Amino acid sequence: MQIAVVRAGPGPGRGQAVVAQAASVARVKRTYLDAGGRAPLHPAGLAAQTAALDEGWADPRRLHAEGRRARMLLDAAREVFAEGLACRPEEVHLGPSHTVALQHGLLGIARGRRRAGSGIVLSAVERAALHAGAQLVAERHGSWTRPARPGHARSEEAAAHPGAPVPVDRVGRVDLEAWRAAVGLPGVALAVLQHANGEVGTVQPLTAAYDATQAAGVPLLVDAGSSLGHHGIPPAWDAVVADAGDWGAPSPLGVLAVRTRVRMAPDWPEDEDRWFPGGVPVPAALGAAAALRATLADQEEAEQRRRRLIGRLRDQVAQRVPDVDVVGDPEDRLPHVATFSCLYVDGEALVTELDRRGFAVGSGSACTSSSLEPSHVLAAMGALTHGNVRVTLSREVTEAEVDRFADELPEAVAQVRRSLGVQGL
Amino acid sequence: MIVVDARGLRCPLPVIRLASLARDANPGDEVLVRWTDPAAEHDIPAWARMRGHTVLETRLPQPASGEAGPDALADEPSGATLVRLGPG
Repeated sequence: MQIAVVRAGPGPGRGQAVVAQAASVARVKRTYLDAGGRAPLHPAGLAAQTAALDEGWADPRRLHAEGRRARMLLDAAREVFAEGLACRPEEVHLGPSHTVALQHGLLGIARGRRRAGSGIVLSAVERAALHAGAQLVAERHGSWTRPARPGHARSEEAAAHPGAPVPVDRVGRVDLEAWRAAVGLPGVALAVLQHANGEVGTVQPLTAAYDATQAAGVPLLVDAGSSLGHHGIPPAWDAVVADAGDWGAPSPLGVLAVRTRVRMAPDWPEDEDRWFPGGVPVPAALGAAAALRATLADQEEAEQRRRRLIGRLRDQVAQRVPDVDVVGDPEDRLPHVATFSCLYVDGEALVTELDRRGFAVGSGSACTSSSLEPSHVLAAMGALTHGNVRVTLSREVTEAEVDRFADELPEAVAQVRRSLGVQGL
Repeated sequence: MIVVDARGLRCPLPVIRLASLARDANPGDEVLVRWTDPAAEHDIPAWARMRGHTVLETRLPQPASGEAGPDALADEPSGATLVRLGPG
């Protein structure tokens, strides 16, 4: 409605038409299937954050009663994150977003380990922020081969050039042999591996990858941004990053936990809040902590329910949509993510058509990204990058909603194909 | 060898162009697709895998040099993928 008022055109009837259109859109029942990184707000988190606005608004660094109260609340939040990650509260650092937490984890450990070298070993399917961070470190130190563009790695290149990302197989699992070879090379500052890929759902062989980094004496930074709150994380990390938005926190917050044994140095100006200069708002931390605690309390149940829905959706998509590539590991996967690519389909057109039918979904197709580059994750897996749809179930999604999506999808795909004039290919 | 000029076309059009040509070609025919859209580099091999064709060679776009040849299309460097058609 707000938008309709702002965009009301010159003619007297135009504004009314836009309002009517907005109202009709609002009447379509919406189904939100794009919860990755931004899940619907958890009510427990919202309640805790609202209460903390009253109690914990003060600067926790001040020494007076108001400041001390905010500090106590912040410490309580940190304890919840420590419990969720199975580590000690003093190992937990809070940053303004998942992206910044990843950047500071990577840059801080790389600087702390600068005497060991400047090489960063990471898989080809890590988040773009991590590939960019590794490239920045390589450029600064200059002594390492510039990392290849993600998705372009070949196993022989990984061995020859320490900066190239470690390849993955067809389902997106990191090549453990290439990983062992890469972390064993001289001059490696740190290794980076996700616990699970939020784009295709594949869970990485983290324990085996950690054994390799331990044997090589290299710290491992784990991106658990798509798994904490959905799927248990093995204690196979030296540093780990989690994304509060992914479990329904009301405000953005990144959680970075670093084992006390890991050498780390700020790669930015010194600040009282050493790892995240300026700190984070206490109410945001409380909201994220309460949402996490509530999520972990019934994680098992929510995981089993969603795993069943996703398994059935993947089967139905493969059976009912012609020429479709259902991607990711069929077994070892996140419980709430399903991804598939439809041949001869424009990803943007499909997302728009599904939106018109009431479904919000994500996509890794080039035409849906601002860069016009296809998803480096799909490319590294050798999966089709066009016509891509990513479904990420929130905890609230019902079986009936997923069934309705599976019922409408074949016709939505057929419609986009017809509009492109694709028949009998 | 058949040549498909998909330069300037956005995904998924290069693959659609290739597929409609492959429909009327014979098994064993070789098709060279020239493209500028970066998705084509990955999508042509994925299409070939789904359809039982074989990618023989992929040439990545070379960054534009100062002097562009007469063949250069605007300023977008192009790549090429050579496919041998299977028993479609």
